[in-house]
Amino acid sequence: MTASHVVMASSVAGQAATTLLGVIEAVGGFVAILFIVFYVAGRATGRLQKPIALIICLVPALFLVALGLVIPAITTINNSLTNQQFLGQQKIKYIGLKNYVYAFTDPATQQTILRTVLWLLIVPVVSVGVGLLVALLVDRMKHPSAAKTMVFLPTAISFVGASVIWRYVYDYKDPSLPQTGLLSQVVIALGWRNPPNWMLTAPLNTFLMMVILIWIQAGFSMVVLGAALKAIPEEVIESARMDGASGWRLFRTIQVPMIRGTLVVVLTTVMITTLKVFDIVFTMTNGNFSTDILARRMFSDMFVTSQVGRGSALAVILFIAVVPLVFYNVRVLRREREIR
Amino acid sequence: MKRNARFVAVAAGVAALATVAAGCSSGGGGGTPTSSAGGGNTPAALTGDCAPYSAYAGHSGSTVTMFGSILSPESDSLNKSWADFTRCTGITIQYTGSNTFESDLPVKVNGGNAPNLAIIPQPGLLAQMVATGAVKKPPAGTVANEANWNDAWKSYGSVDGTFYAAPMSANMKSLVWYSPKYFKDNGFTVPTTWADMMKLSSDMAAKMTGAAKPWCGGISSGTASGWPATDWLEEVVLGTYGGQVYDDWISHKVKFSDPQIQTAMKTVADWLQNPAWVNGGVGDVKSIATTTFQAAGLPILQNQCGMLQQASFYEAQWPKGTKVAADGDVFAFKLPAVDPSIKTPVEGGGEFVTAFSDDPAVQAVQNYLSSPEWADSRIKVAPGWVSANEKVDQTLYTDPIDQLSAKYLADPTATFRFDASDTMPAAVGSGAEWTGMVDWFGSGKSAADVAKAIDAAWLTS
Repeated sequence: MTASHVVMASSVAGQAATTLLGVIEAVGGFVAILFIVFYVAGRATGRLQKPIALIICLVPALFLVALGLVIPAITTINNSLTNQQFLGQQKIKYIGLKNYVYAFTDPATQQTILRTVLWLLIVPVVSVGVGLLVALLVDRMKHPSAAKTMVFLPTAISFVGASVIWRYVYDYKDPSLPQTGLLSQVVIALGWRNPPNWMLTAPLNTFLMMVILIWIQAGFSMVVLGAALKAIPEEVIESARMDGASGWRLFRTIQVPMIRGTLVVVLTTVMITTLKVFDIVFTMTNGNFSTDILARRMFSDMFVTSQVGRGSALAVILFIAVVPLVFYNVRVLRREREIR
Repeated sequence: MKRNARFVAVAAGVAALATVAAGCSSGGGGGTPTSSAGGGNTPAALTGDCAPYSAYAGHSGSTVTMFGSILSPESDSLNKSWADFTRCTGITIQYTGSNTFESDLPVKVNGGNAPNLAIIPQPGLLAQMVATGAVKKPPAGTVANEANWNDAWKSYGSVDGTFYAAPMSANMKSLVWYSPKYFKDNGFTVPTTWADMMKLSSDMAAKMTGAAKPWCGGISSGTASGWPATDWLEEVVLGTYGGQVYDDWISHKVKFSDPQIQTAMKTVADWLQNPAWVNGGVGDVKSIATTTFQAAGLPILQNQCGMLQQASFYEAQWPKGTKVAADGDVFAFKLPAVDPSIKTPVEGGGEFVTAFSDDPAVQAVQNYLSSPEWADSRIKVAPGWVSANEKVDQTLYTDPIDQLSAKYLADPTATFRFDASDTMPAAVGSGAEWTGMVDWFGSGKSAADVAKAIDAAWLTS
């Protein structure tokens, strides 16, 4: 027995060594190529200098964008027009827009799209609202860093980790048994005799899952918005105060307009995160009990139930939905830069 | 506002992600399997305690990669089971396990990065892999070994009549777990017919108080949520109508909306959706949908639940120190047939060794793994593993559950059938049927609506 353990151990160590060597080789080769390219470019002078520099700066980025973004995007769009069921399938037919028609006519998928829109409307607004509120309140506290850390901590937790934590919060046990779910225990203590099975009760379950994402994202918006609030020049606030503005009025007419750009960017960033939220629903309910959303459905179509064509169509829909948000985000930033 | 520039970059990046994740799939031809096996050595006769391995000699120094869903500690037992084979033949088997095997394998094969051998637990996935054109036919030795299995097994390792993969392990699904101690203390006896089992359930329900119920269940299981309920339906279909209807059901000649399957669903509903009978130690019927299959049977140990229908591999879920035996804390009995005229219906599962390379070293491993000698070697390493190979020495099993499973799995007169959902196309067996079962138990969807949704997922093209 010990002998076989040694054999296994040494083979594991051997594998690790081979992998490490491979990594060193690859990184070393990459550095060497870069070195040669930069050396050659450095020697070039005169008329060629500028074009060569341009090419050297652009080509790696273009190559990576093509490899990691453009080519997969084209493949996905192509797949979404086929009846492909699984990876590597032979004899694939083009079926036009049938997969898109399916996505918008199948009742389950329709609901999934509607639910995704609901997530999109609620989560960013509440996250930004909570973040802004906390940023304003914390600012006046004696030890703001402690409170800020508490609110910001969830941002550092992965979505899956957060979901696992919240699964314990929403855990259900028959009320006659000792409770393991925090939420059930709390409401029972408050006098609700028969709390529902939280994750089973639609549409409540969707909102309870939104709480998780808000919990994660509020810290992020608090930090960014808090910094933006701090960046408002002290003179502006002071002169506003002198003119008699304070409290709500100061907030509404001075502070919010002054951080409008940041507000929009945070809002759209949280929106984009929300559109792609997959982990929470995947971990909590796996899309069952009327909680499915677009990103999870796409994953299961692609990798679990072997319907690559349909999954690709959902991916394209998701992509098209995100694009305007990104454009808007960029435009707001551009305009802001022009102002400065 | 430099800070925001970074957000734009992040935003652009995440927008891209949606398509990138999907883009991993490239259409068209399957990848070419890569073999790291060297081979080429001249065959040398092996002597001494290595003599039995002579048939596999001649490929010293080769490495055969193997990929499967079996994880440690079970995979450690596998590694130990072929340690002598490696020592004598010089063929190293490099096993990698993944808990997302079913989604990883197609990606690997499609990316031209197929393992030499894959241990596939679903005939449906095997068929899918064969359709990519990447699966290699087994060598003559494996085909000859196949005669040691019941015909049903050979058909599950075949696609369109061509035999591709030999079975490896087998598990017995038609079991009911119970507490012998609780049964004895309350004067209950193990039922041998379906009617007895129903009567026992109502007797038990009358005696139990509080959250205790005669049955418990849990069908939550990550991406595979719903599968235990598909087993319940399969048991009832097989036990009510026998093998022919079961086979026609798999091939969709008999639809889910067919009156026969609807009747079977009704039987399941009367049994495991009966509010007076479930869900022992947890809550109401709906709680079956949110309870993990791993935790489902644990209330049996607290006398909160009488019985759990679950496969032989559930043995691994009992906490350390639980005595699994006819006179212990828990044990299992064979689920009786719904219709007594069906001869010993046995539903099982198992794995199939599929080759993506026809390298001689890979074929040597394939031959060895399909031999009764390897099965014997694996049984000796650790309990909790059963082979349906009829040549296996039945006296080697030490674990009572293994003995019980092997008795039915290697019974040539039993009506053996493979897990139907694993055999149906993935869009149904791993998709719509799982979701349908979860809706049926968790959301109170009607059996007719569930059947309609599952039938709709059956792609005709």
